[in-house]
Amino acid sequence: MQVTSQAFKANAHKALGDDNLKTALFKLQHHFTNNRTRAVEALPEFERLRDRARDIKNEVLGALDFYLERFEQKVAEQGGTVHWCRTPRQARETILSLCRSVEAKTCTKGKSMIAEEIALNPFLEENGVQPIETDLGEYIIQLADEPPSHIIGPAVHKTLPQVADLFLEHHKRYGKTERQTEPEALVGEAREILRQKYLDADVGITGANFLVAETGSTIIVTNEGNGDLTQMLPKMHIVVASIEKIVPTLEDLSTILRVLARSATGQEFSVYTTLSTGARQSADLDGPGAFHVVLLDNGRSEMIGTELQELLRCIRCGACMNSCPVYHAVGGHAYGWVYPGPIGAALDPKFIGLEAGQHLPNASPLCGKCESVCPMRIPLPKIFRYWRDKAFEEKITPLPQRAGIGVWAWFARRPELYRLASRLGIGVLGRLGRKAGKFRSLPLASGWTEGRDLPAPEGRTFHDLWQERRGRRGPPKSGDPFRKLFS
Amino acid sequence: MSGRDEILGRIRAGLGRGALEGARRAALEAKLANPPRNLVPARAAALDHADQVELFIEMAGKVDTQVTRVKDLAEVPGAIADYLAQKNLPTEIRRAPHPLLDQVPWQAWPTLSIQTGRAEGADAVGVGAPLAGVAETGTLAYASGPESPATVNFLPETHIAVLRAKDVVAAYEDVFARVREKSAGGPFPRTVNFITGPSRTADIELTLILGAHGPKRLHIVLVDDGEG
Amino acid sequence: MTERPVSVGLFVTCLVDLFRPTVGFAAVRLLEEAGCKVAVPRAQTCCGQPAYNSGDRADATAIARDVIAAFRGFDYVVAPSGSCAGMVKLHYPALFAAEPTMKAAADELAGRTYELVAFLTEVMGMTRVVSDFNGAVTYHDSCSGLRELGIKEQPRKLLASMPSLTLKELPGAETCCGFGGTFAVKYGEVSSEIARRKAKDIVATGADTVLAGDLGCLLNMAGSLSREGAALKVRHVAEVLAGMARGPAIGEPSDDAEPGRR
Repeated sequence: MQVTSQAFKANAHKALGDDNLKTALFKLQHHFTNNRTRAVEALPEFERLRDRARDIKNEVLGALDFYLERFEQKVAEQGGTVHWCRTPRQARETILSLCRSVEAKTCTKGKSMIAEEIALNPFLEENGVQPIETDLGEYIIQLADEPPSHIIGPAVHKTLPQVADLFLEHHKRYGKTERQTEPEALVGEAREILRQKYLDADVGITGANFLVAETGSTIIVTNEGNGDLTQMLPKMHIVVASIEKIVPTLEDLSTILRVLARSATGQEFSVYTTLSTGARQSADLDGPGAFHVVLLDNGRSEMIGTELQELLRCIRCGACMNSCPVYHAVGGHAYGWVYPGPIGAALDPKFIGLEAGQHLPNASPLCGKCESVCPMRIPLPKIFRYWRDKAFEEKITPLPQRAGIGVWAWFARRPELYRLASRLGIGVLGRLGRKAGKFRSLPLASGWTEGRDLPAPEGRTFHDLWQERRGRRGPPKSGDPFRKLFS
Repeated sequence: MSGRDEILGRIRAGLGRGALEGARRAALEAKLANPPRNLVPARAAALDHADQVELFIEMAGKVDTQVTRVKDLAEVPGAIADYLAQKNLPTEIRRAPHPLLDQVPWQAWPTLSIQTGRAEGADAVGVGAPLAGVAETGTLAYASGPESPATVNFLPETHIAVLRAKDVVAAYEDVFARVREKSAGGPFPRTVNFITGPSRTADIELTLILGAHGPKRLHIVLVDDGEG
Repeated sequence: MTERPVSVGLFVTCLVDLFRPTVGFAAVRLLEEAGCKVAVPRAQTCCGQPAYNSGDRADATAIARDVIAAFRGFDYVVAPSGSCAGMVKLHYPALFAAEPTMKAAADELAGRTYELVAFLTEVMGMTRVVSDFNGAVTYHDSCSGLRELGIKEQPRKLLASMPSLTLKELPGAETCCGFGGTFAVKYGEVSSEIARRKAKDIVATGADTVLAGDLGCLLNMAGSLSREGAALKVRHVAEVLAGMARGPAIGEPSDDAEPGRR
């Protein structure tokens, strides 16, 4: 997808003016956070499971080469094939050639963030293979020709009337000429239309939440069952997954599954957790005849051994965005690339470059809520600071900001000069603001005062007052140039 | 250089070592050969089997799954017929060719019309025999195979599972132990499906709707078979 | 043998120094009530967060060095801010990860640095305050204090010891107010929106005063409440605990040229 992260401020401005979005985000915030809290409270071992989940992924990343080779070997033993792709382009081309090998005209698709990352849909379309998104949210945004705005609720920004309009427009050709307005009827309509698509598709493409090294299994976790119909009915099942999705054993999988749904939707367990291991076996009555795993690197291997390695623990549950005050305000599209919210702010600069992505790790109050809910205990604020350091170091941070911090720090390192300067500044502000108690607008602070008032300072600095009242030296009154100026 | 070698090479460079060898590798091999269990929540694991069955029913209920307990396999067709009648559903059934379901005296209930095999798009009711039920979350676990085609559990609008109470286990790990045992020496089943309630979506304004793509309803017939 | 009183170096914090000296004096009063001997090192300015959070490691590290030097020798260092205390406790040691001598000094300082209310309750064992406050208050948990230092129950415990005070819990008390230091200015529009939502939640409690432990958050919430036309008073929790809540609240008109006297 096209990167618009560099326009974060403009994107955010637009989002803040969108009342539909505001309503949708308000719902999301309360829905997911309340559900998560309930689910966590119902499982006393939750915090210890988070620790264990983190440790499992750390073990994986410390031996990722070993586990990937084992995974490949197991997939092969089960009659499948693993394709190693360094770049999105390689991954797209691999998938296309697999589709062509079975003369595919259409392929159904389960929800996959990696497919978004490699921009698979437009590529397949351009090359004569029609991709059909089957996750209801993905289907909605495919009709709307929009990118997902949330990693587990891609269409969470869409309102019911918007979906009703989209369905009316796109389902006419299936003879659906009545505008449905109830969610149940809309879901039913999509179910009916997509059912035929599953039956007709030549290839089913899914993502993977996990890859199990022990067995060569790929795992998807869904509530709709779309991923299952996608993979069990066509001739070929293609799994597209990034290399860090590995977990060693089925026991490790069990542990991480216990934190996934609870963190994501606040369910105890998602409706469908599916392990797919190889192609249809000789005596099986159903299932795809061919099974391929397209493994994507796209720079992840370079993150191993760096400050960014911890991001590779992410299981894409969305808890960080569900709890993020910035995401709640601006929604997912404002971030301007595939991964929104805190995980996107930490991850996107790696994929799109720091120059384009510099706003994302900066547009955070560093409140730490994301880290506090992350099931894998990824220190997201620490990663934001890592990017901020790097942007400052590489002079990507705009000059006025760098210069401003420089001047401020110069004073902060010289306490006596700092006091003189602050005495002057606060004296003026205090006198100007005393009567109203606040400023409704203030030059140089418009970023603050456009949306809220700035309370006026009390007018004297603590250090001056302390010197006056408790200091061993005499009060600095006579030496205060502003006293003279104003009195 | 192949993509594979490049990726593995970069990982190794990041880790500051070559291919994993020696004691470290042996330790990982040992773990994969004999996977240890991690922390398993006490919720189900600490209960005796009868209470695990109760918990299973309770948890299934919480995810919109109706459970009917019957004494033995002979009562299964009646329970299914009652359920279908109560919901005003068709009585044409597609059942998995599973040995457990072979033992059910279907012919005693002529109102039910039974077909055996994989499901097709038009099938309305699917009856499957899961490998286990998981008490922890009220989850069914199926392992696919000639006797258990996955389509039966996904294509029909109504999914009915016939589960023996003695096949209720505490945790997901117990299911995996059974799958390993079942596939020992041979291939792993093509799919292992954990199913927790009927299909659902909340993709339109976070309104929960049952029956997005998979079954709209899930009914479990729990066969005590001397237990409980 | 009489015991030497506990010596505390007060880390005033730049915002209290500049905007609300009353909070500094309230902190001193509470510390003295707890039996501490309080000093205010002259060589302090700021903890360095503006530089640190802007990616300016060099300046942040230099400022940290100065703070470490300025606060040598005190039994404890106390700040009326979870954010600044968190900076010293958690982030200073990380700044000197590659400099063993300074790392040791930073660790040593971190070990004796506390946020005010946490210090009063955890170190000095304070369970009640001597003052009272007549009113219905609500309390916002500032992020750094809450998540970096685990400050949640401590202020509530002391507030509960004031017989005439009613605490009305704030729904979403643990949600950020949108301040975030330089974030509030660099991303003012987003920050203001978050603050507006917080202000709405605060008003809905029906409390007449909102309290928090960090002046940054308080300035932000006061600014938003005032812009939205709400009549609530906004104060640092220390002002109330110290019985110094009679003067103008944050953002209120004032004819007071002598802050921190009342």
